Amino acid sequence: MTHHETEHKEHTNTGYGIYVLVWLGLVSLTLITVSLAGFNLAGLTVVTALLIASVKSTMVINYFMHIKYESTLFKVFIAVCIIIFLVIIILTFFDLTYRPEILTK
Amino acid sequence: MEAVLNNENFYQYKGKHSGILGWLLTTDHKRIGLMYLAAMITFFVVAMFIGFFMRLELLTPGETLMKPEVYNALFTLHGVIMIFLFIVPGLPAVFGNFFLPIMIGAKDVSFPRLNLLSWYLYMAGAILAVLSLFTGGGLPDTGWTFYVPYSIRSTANVSTALFAAFVLGFSSILTGLNFIVTIHRLRCKGMTWFKMPLFAWGLYSTAWIQILATPVVGITLLLVIFERFFGIGVFDPALGGDPILFQHLFWIYSHPAVYIMILPAMGLVSEIIPTFAKKNIFGYGPIAMSSLAIAFVGYLVWGHHMFTSGISDTSRAIFSLLTFIVAIPSGIKVFNWVATLYKGSIDLRTPLIFVMGFIIVFSIGGLTGLVLGSLNTDIHVTDTYFVVAHFHYVMFGGMGTLFFGGLHYWFPKMFGKMFNEKIANFSVVLFLIGFNVLYFPMFIMGYLGMPRRYYDYLPEFKIYHQISTVGSWILVTAILIMIINLIIALKKGKKADNDPWGGTTLEWKIPSPPPLENFEVEPEVTKGPYERV
Amino acid sequence: MSQIHRDDFGSKMGMWLFLFTELLLFGGMFLLYAAYRFAHPADFVIAAHRLDVTMGTINTIILLTSSLTVVLGIVALQRNSKPLSLFFLGITLLSGVAFLINKYFEWGAKIHHGIYPKGPELANMSEGEGLYFGLYYAMTGLHGVHVIVGMIILAFVFVQIYKNQITSDNFVRFENAGLYWHLVDIIWIFLFPLFYLIH
Repeated sequence: MTHHETEHKEHTNTGYGIYVLVWLGLVSLTLITVSLAGFNLAGLTVVTALLIASVKSTMVINYFMHIKYESTLFKVFIAVCIIIFLVIIILTFFDLTYRPEILTK
Repeated sequence: MEAVLNNENFYQYKGKHSGILGWLLTTDHKRIGLMYLAAMITFFVVAMFIGFFMRLELLTPGETLMKPEVYNALFTLHGVIMIFLFIVPGLPAVFGNFFLPIMIGAKDVSFPRLNLLSWYLYMAGAILAVLSLFTGGGLPDTGWTFYVPYSIRSTANVSTALFAAFVLGFSSILTGLNFIVTIHRLRCKGMTWFKMPLFAWGLYSTAWIQILATPVVGITLLLVIFERFFGIGVFDPALGGDPILFQHLFWIYSHPAVYIMILPAMGLVSEIIPTFAKKNIFGYGPIAMSSLAIAFVGYLVWGHHMFTSGISDTSRAIFSLLTFIVAIPSGIKVFNWVATLYKGSIDLRTPLIFVMGFIIVFSIGGLTGLVLGSLNTDIHVTDTYFVVAHFHYVMFGGMGTLFFGGLHYWFPKMFGKMFNEKIANFSVVLFLIGFNVLYFPMFIMGYLGMPRRYYDYLPEFKIYHQISTVGSWILVTAILIMIINLIIALKKGKKADNDPWGGTTLEWKIPSPPPLENFEVEPEVTKGPYERV
Repeated sequence: MSQIHRDDFGSKMGMWLFLFTELLLFGGMFLLYAAYRFAHPADFVIAAHRLDVTMGTINTIILLTSSLTVVLGIVALQRNSKPLSLFFLGITLLSGVAFLINKYFEWGAKIHHGIYPKGPELANMSEGEGLYFGLYYAMTGLHGVHVIVGMIILAFVFVQIYKNQITSDNFVRFENAGLYWHLVDIIWIFLFPLFYLIH
């Protein structure tokens, strides 16, 4: 494992332009998510909001945080972290969704 | 940057600071490891004596030595010190710090100053924990698990203790961070991932748990502090909070924490066995992968601490199944260790005796874990002495035995002196005897219904408590002999050479004690860590 | 024995690992939010109506813009435009200040109306609403602390760029500080819809 190879890869210097475009995308998505809040989406409210937030975060992570251009190792690390987090939520909800008292409150 | 002069070792190196500052402001991983060691042995002995007095109280039913409130405070303090100040940080902080860089052929860890910060956070946490004894409402009596709502209501000094645990968590996180980057970046020439010693694999898997699990308990403890001061309501049933959610968040860390405790220990076993069997380890790949597997699956089982708390039946069944699955990778390790010993040329020295004891004691602990993981049997033994016995067998018999085993294994390398092996062997055997006399009766009385954390008990349990207390006397004696033997060796021990045990990993190729930057020239590795010939 | 050897990749790796811990720190609170919203869906809607969506949207855009300017600052430095780099970094810091000022007014208004844990108005609300606000203060509060920490780190970077200790050849510290700031932004990206946009 040489340390030298990885250092050369990251110096793909991106220009200003791409970042401004990403920013425009983020602001647009923000305005979209705000206007969607005005509609009654019932059960889909949370999912839609989280979906848009996830898209925004992915853009921040890939471009602003440069992950798109970084070593695969970082992408694997991020995936592991997110998976563990989701697993924890899912397992906890196996308790919450099946506990009758919670739902009747 | 000073070079190694005149074969001086790292103790003799005179850096920017001298005297005590040369230790308190050091960034040398070896000195930091030793500072942890000194602190940890102290805390261990304190907590050990707390346990000694707890057992003394339980020698007879009713009040023997102390009032019930004192007993509650004592078992809380015993747990907090042992878990947060000894077992969780233990092997990574002492032996990981001292030996990880050496074993991978590096001069130090990736972030030496961060390493020193970890030690200061550790000491700060310890001081805060002690502070909770003397300030405000006195020592917390909530148990080390700080369950709500009592931890919200108790007038004792809960917030200080919680904050101490939070600070200690930070220390753990930074150590884990340091080790992950160190292992990725500083392995020497030729040392691919699969030529790395298994202790390093253990530390790597552990480090991921330290990073991903600790923050969860961090926020949980912080929220209890907020609850106490601001009444935010998330855990307080009076405000609509769900106490079971506290338990979920608490155990989401605290279960993986037990793997933080045991994975480095298992890594150490994989070091000691090849050295004393004079044979290459059997199944290097599976052992390495099983460490990662345990680390991952360990996140999925926390609910087994909550089987009787009121969680849904569906989740109980799921957690029970997952708990059985996590036992499999540990089994893989035990089989590989035994296979390594088979047809080996066994040199039964002190470290190997520790390991033999560990395998037996940890297996007992592990098997009883199946009783606890099995939903229907857990209902009967949960919150009894059965659980107390189980976790002492795996945590103390597991990590504790190996902490002292590792101390003996690496003593000559760290201090350049050999200890008296006859006394050491006697102390290990006495330790194992005392350990079993102390803890085995607990399985029986737990099964018969003796609840845990109880200050008083029914007459039918008296005989078990008495045998157990006598066991504690034997155990404490053994540990004191062990420690004193090592302290004497520091002063009077015979000089140790580079490789007193006949080990094959990189630490045995350098002088005892090591020079400041470990290696004169960066090593180059061409074969597996345990290959001979 | 400080290491003079430089390892930018390792340094960045270390920063990412630290970010994971921050993610899981907030993750615990997001889990609590999910649990209580699941249990009290109607109450959460009622409580959310008390928040000012416009204020929240403005704050979101402020943070998104500050993330942009921090990255532009890095690009500027890579291209040896030190004054431009400092300019962008300065905007980032001012954005942080603006965010905190808004937060101050938001919290101030709520507290003035007695809507805070153990507050008089909160006592009149349902348990679900009480839990919503408990989480609101805990989560936005801890987020605010991280905004402050991020600003302090960026301020240090500002000084180091000024003193030429961070240059176009040696800017990993700037990148790492930027990473921390982006994390603060991402947490808010999730906090915003979950607290302000429940309808």
